[in-house]
Amino acid sequence: MNYIFFILIALSIVAGIFNNTLDKIVNSMLSACNTAVEVSLSLIGIMAFWLGIMRIAEKSGLVQKISKILYPLTKFLFKDVKKDSPAIGDITMSITANALGLTNAATPIGLKVMKELQEENPDKEKASDAMCMFLGMNTAGFQIIPATVIAILVGFGAKNPTEIILPTLIVTSLSFITAIVVALILQKIWRKYD
Amino acid sequence: MIEKISLYILPLMILIMLTFALIKKVPVYEEFIEGAKDGFKVSISIIPYLVAIIVAVSMFRASGILDCFRNFANEIIPPDIIPLIFTRPLSGSAALGLFSDIVKEYGPDSYVAKLAAIMAGSSETTFYVLAVYFGSVGIKKYRYAILTGIIADITNIVLAIWVARLFFLASSVL
Repeated sequence: MNYIFFILIALSIVAGIFNNTLDKIVNSMLSACNTAVEVSLSLIGIMAFWLGIMRIAEKSGLVQKISKILYPLTKFLFKDVKKDSPAIGDITMSITANALGLTNAATPIGLKVMKELQEENPDKEKASDAMCMFLGMNTAGFQIIPATVIAILVGFGAKNPTEIILPTLIVTSLSFITAIVVALILQKIWRKYD
Repeated sequence: MIEKISLYILPLMILIMLTFALIKKVPVYEEFIEGAKDGFKVSISIIPYLVAIIVAVSMFRASGILDCFRNFANEIIPPDIIPLIFTRPLSGSAALGLFSDIVKEYGPDSYVAKLAAIMAGSSETTFYVLAVYFGSVGIKKYRYAILTGIIADITNIVLAIWVARLFFLASSVL
């Protein structure tokens, strides 16, 4: 992350000098700070709502039930997570929320998953295998129906906007599987460097 | 049909969760409040990570450097797709903005618009998710999470181009 942060900023400033866009860069830098706070503030309500709902689902044993049903599968993907951990149920809900395009629900549930995985993580500064797998699945962005994209196509008067659903589903499924396979492979390789 | 399903899923999910809890004699109101209390803390705790990633990405976009990447365009990758490729892993809203521009420029039924639609609809903002999710629990060493994300993103781009050609470009041999 140190390199990515540095490269993004350094490259922008150097490019800004050559492209004569330094004024734009400074402006967007300042307004981005406000955007970040706005994003966080706008998250408070929806975060509180979903954390409340998820707490109910957990107390009623629903999350644990989902965990138990999916255990044979998740045992393979998340080796270091305990069997009765609520994390598995929450991971399922997070992936489901993402898949259905419920972005508002996905972030609160995802952050809750991270908190639960961190509790089982022996080294609090180092990502566990379960975290890397979860984020791999998450960043691959599996989505069943790309609702926003279709809405934009409809807005511009596309003749047949739903024809992108099948190709998108193929691409998103294959990337999702790729992310899982890559995470499983890197899990083994990375142990030598830790 | 599809819109109907997405409309029903969220309310039904909430209804099932609440009903199940009530059957199990969980005090739903008190537990909701107990859980919701964390909402403020979690949202505020991710501010530093949001500032870092949103500022860096905004500067990158404002610098105009993405336009320089257009030179990499060839017969397989149209020039206007290239900024989208580099923006998608960084910012979701920026990618949707670029996608709208492409649709406006080429028309919603063009091949380029369809390719852009597949790209915009099939991936996530890798770096944003990594920064915020890891940041929220204080993880400093990401280990192989970034590499996994990047490999998945590259696979995604290659697949998107290939599938788009397969579906929407009749002359394509592949």
